[in-house]
Amino acid sequence: MTSEELQEIATTEKEKQAQHPHHICVCTAAGCLSAGSGDVKKALEKEVLEAGMKDECHVKGVGCMGLCSAGPLITVDNTMYRDVKPEDSTDIVRSLEDGKPVKRLRCDTSAPFFTRQSKIVLENSGFIDPERIEDYIAAGGYSALLSVVTEKRPGEVLEQVIKSGLRGRGGAGYPTGLKWSTVAKAQNSGQKYVICNADEGDPGAFMDRAVLESDPHRVLEGMAIAAYAVGANRGYIYVRAEYPLAVKHLRTAIRQAERLELLGNDVAGTHFTFKVEARLGAGAFVCGEETALINSVEGKRGTPRPRPPYPAQEGLWGHPTLINNVETFANIAPILRNGGEWFSKIGTAKSKGTKVFALAGRINNTGLIEVPMGIPLREIIYDIGGGIPDGRGFKAVQTGGPSGGCIPSDHLDLPVDYESLAKVGSIMGSGGMIVTDEGSCMVDVAKFFIEFCMSESCGKCVPCRVGTTHLYHLLERICAGDSEERDLATLEELCDVVRNTSLCGLGQSAPNPIMSTLHYFRDEYQAHVIEKRCPAGVCHFADQEVKA
Amino acid sequence: MRRNGYQGHALIEALHSVQEAFGYLEPEGLRFVAQSLRVPLSQVYGAATFYHFFTMKPPGKHTCVVCTGTACYINGAPALLAGMEAKYGIKPGETTPDGEISLLTARCVGSCSIAPVAVLEKDVVGKLSAADMVARVGKWVGQ
Repeated sequence: MTSEELQEIATTEKEKQAQHPHHICVCTAAGCLSAGSGDVKKALEKEVLEAGMKDECHVKGVGCMGLCSAGPLITVDNTMYRDVKPEDSTDIVRSLEDGKPVKRLRCDTSAPFFTRQSKIVLENSGFIDPERIEDYIAAGGYSALLSVVTEKRPGEVLEQVIKSGLRGRGGAGYPTGLKWSTVAKAQNSGQKYVICNADEGDPGAFMDRAVLESDPHRVLEGMAIAAYAVGANRGYIYVRAEYPLAVKHLRTAIRQAERLELLGNDVAGTHFTFKVEARLGAGAFVCGEETALINSVEGKRGTPRPRPPYPAQEGLWGHPTLINNVETFANIAPILRNGGEWFSKIGTAKSKGTKVFALAGRINNTGLIEVPMGIPLREIIYDIGGGIPDGRGFKAVQTGGPSGGCIPSDHLDLPVDYESLAKVGSIMGSGGMIVTDEGSCMVDVAKFFIEFCMSESCGKCVPCRVGTTHLYHLLERICAGDSEERDLATLEELCDVVRNTSLCGLGQSAPNPIMSTLHYFRDEYQAHVIEKRCPAGVCHFADQEVKA
Repeated sequence: MRRNGYQGHALIEALHSVQEAFGYLEPEGLRFVAQSLRVPLSQVYGAATFYHFFTMKPPGKHTCVVCTGTACYINGAPALLAGMEAKYGIKPGETTPDGEISLLTARCVGSCSIAPVAVLEKDVVGKLSAADMVARVGKWVGQ
C-alpha cells in the first residue's frame, strides 16, 4: 500500500458514492438499534427497491449521531429525522421524489445540541459505514499513518504529540506525549507493546463504545502511529464482552486493515510491522486499571500490580508497554494530519482539545456529545442537554463514575477541564455525566456507588476490600434510619483511610462519591441521621410509622 | 475454537467460547480448558470465579438481564427488579424453580440514554416500566 494506492481507493469510493444522488444514513449504533433502527433500515431498503430507485438512492448503516434519546435517527441527504418508525419509510422515500422533507419527523439540527458541539473524535461518526474500510479511507483515513511511516522519524511523531498537549482521556489526564516518550526511551529488551484500554467499566459511560462501534479504524490508525513512535510491533485492544457490536466491528476492521496491508508485516513497504489482536474482558471493573488490565490480557485474574515499576518500563510480560484509552488513540490521527499546534489551540491552557461526554440521567437530551475543553457545565446541561425534564430542579451532576464526585448547582459555571473538576472534588473521568434532579437522594446515590466499588474490589489489598464493605454498611444503616451522629465522623475517617492506603485507583478513588456528597449535601445526611427522614423520599425507614 | 494457538494467555478467550457454547461453565469444561492450554486448574478456576461475566450455574431457558448502571438506577432499575420479584419470586442471580426464567443484573450495558434498560433474551429494550417488562417476560412462558 502506497499513498498513491490509498488515494486511488479514496477516489474510487467517492466516485461510487457520487453515482447515487440520494443518500439515506440510518444510525445502527447500540442506542438506536435497541430503539428499532434495524427494522427501519430494512423497511427503507425495501421501499427504495419497490419505488424503483435502487440506482438513485443508497441506504447505509452508520455510527452514532449523538442524540440517542430521539432514536432511531436517520439522515436523508442533509435532513435529519428523529423517532423514525418502519411505517414512515413510504413517506421518506416519497419525499426524495418531490423534494419536500417529511415535516412531522424532522429533527432540528440548528438546535444548541448540534451547534454547540465541535467534533474531532466523532467527526466521522454518523457519516461513514463502520464496516467498510473504503468509507473511512474516503474520509481521509489512514493518510496520517502512511505519511508517518514513510516520511517521519519516530522522534518527529513524538514531537507533534507533545506539542499538541493531548492528555490521557481515560480520566487521570496524564500527558500523552510524556507517556509515549517514556516508552520510546525504555530499552530493557527489544519487545514493546501497545495496548488500547477499551474496558469502559464506568456505569453511565458509553463514549468508547460509540467510537468503536462508529469508527473503529480511527482507533487502529492511532494505535499504529503510537506503535511506530514508541517502537512496538504488537498491540492488544482490551474490549468489554458486554459490547458485542463494538467487538464485531473492531474484528472486521482489523481484518480489513490487514488485507490492505495497513496493519501486519511491513506496512506500506517499510520495515514497520504492527499486529493487533482484540482481547475480551469478562466484566470486571478493576480491569480498567492499567496494571490489572495487563494481568487480564495475560490470562490471569485482573488484580492490579504495585507501581512502580510502571507499565512504561515493565508491563505486559515484563516488557515496556504503552497503554492509552480509546479516545486518546482516536485523537492521534487528526493531530498528525493537522499538526500538534492546531490541536493545542483548542481548549484551555492546561487541557487541550475536545472531550466526548455521555449525557444520561435526568436530562432531556441524553446521548453522546463532544465539546471543547473549558466549556461551562451550565452550557452542557442547559443548552446542549436541554435542561431537566418535567420542570424539576437540577440537583447535582455526577462525573467520573464510581471514582468521581457530585457537583452541586453552586458550581454550574465551572469550566470543564481536568484541574477545575479536581478542585471541586470530582474528576474528569472517562466522560460519563449523570444528572440528578430533586427526586434523587444523594445518600442513596453514594450508597449505590460504594456498593459498586465493594462488589468490584478485587480483594488484593485490605483497605479497599474491607474498607468499602464497612463504608457500605455504614451508609446502609444511615439510609435505614438506624444511625447516630458519630457515624458521620466514622464515615469521614474511614473514607480518609481507604483513600490514602489502597493499592490502586479503584480503592483510592472509591470514597470520592461519599466525600463529595458529604461536603455538598451534608444537610441530607443530617436529615437521615438526626431527623430520621429522607428529604427526597427515596429511603424507607423501618420505624417510620411508629415515629409518625 | 482454539484459534489462539493453545497459548496460556488466551485463557479468557477460551472460557468465553465454552460459556457461549454451553451457556455456563461446568467443572468438566474448566478441566478441559486447563489441559488444552496447559494452565493449572487453579488458575482457570480463579479466572472463572473472578470475572462476573462467567457463571458456573446453569441458566434458565430464558434470561432477563436488568441493567443496574448509574443512569438506569436513577431512572428506575430498582423498580424493575422489584416487579420481577413480586411476580416470579426471583431475586437477581436466581432462576425460577421450573428453570424457565433467569433474572440477572449487569453493571452497565452502555445504553444509558434510553434508561432504564433490560436485555431480554438478546434484545436490548429501553425506557421500560416494571409492568411492561413483566408483561414481556410473561409472553415467554405463555402467560
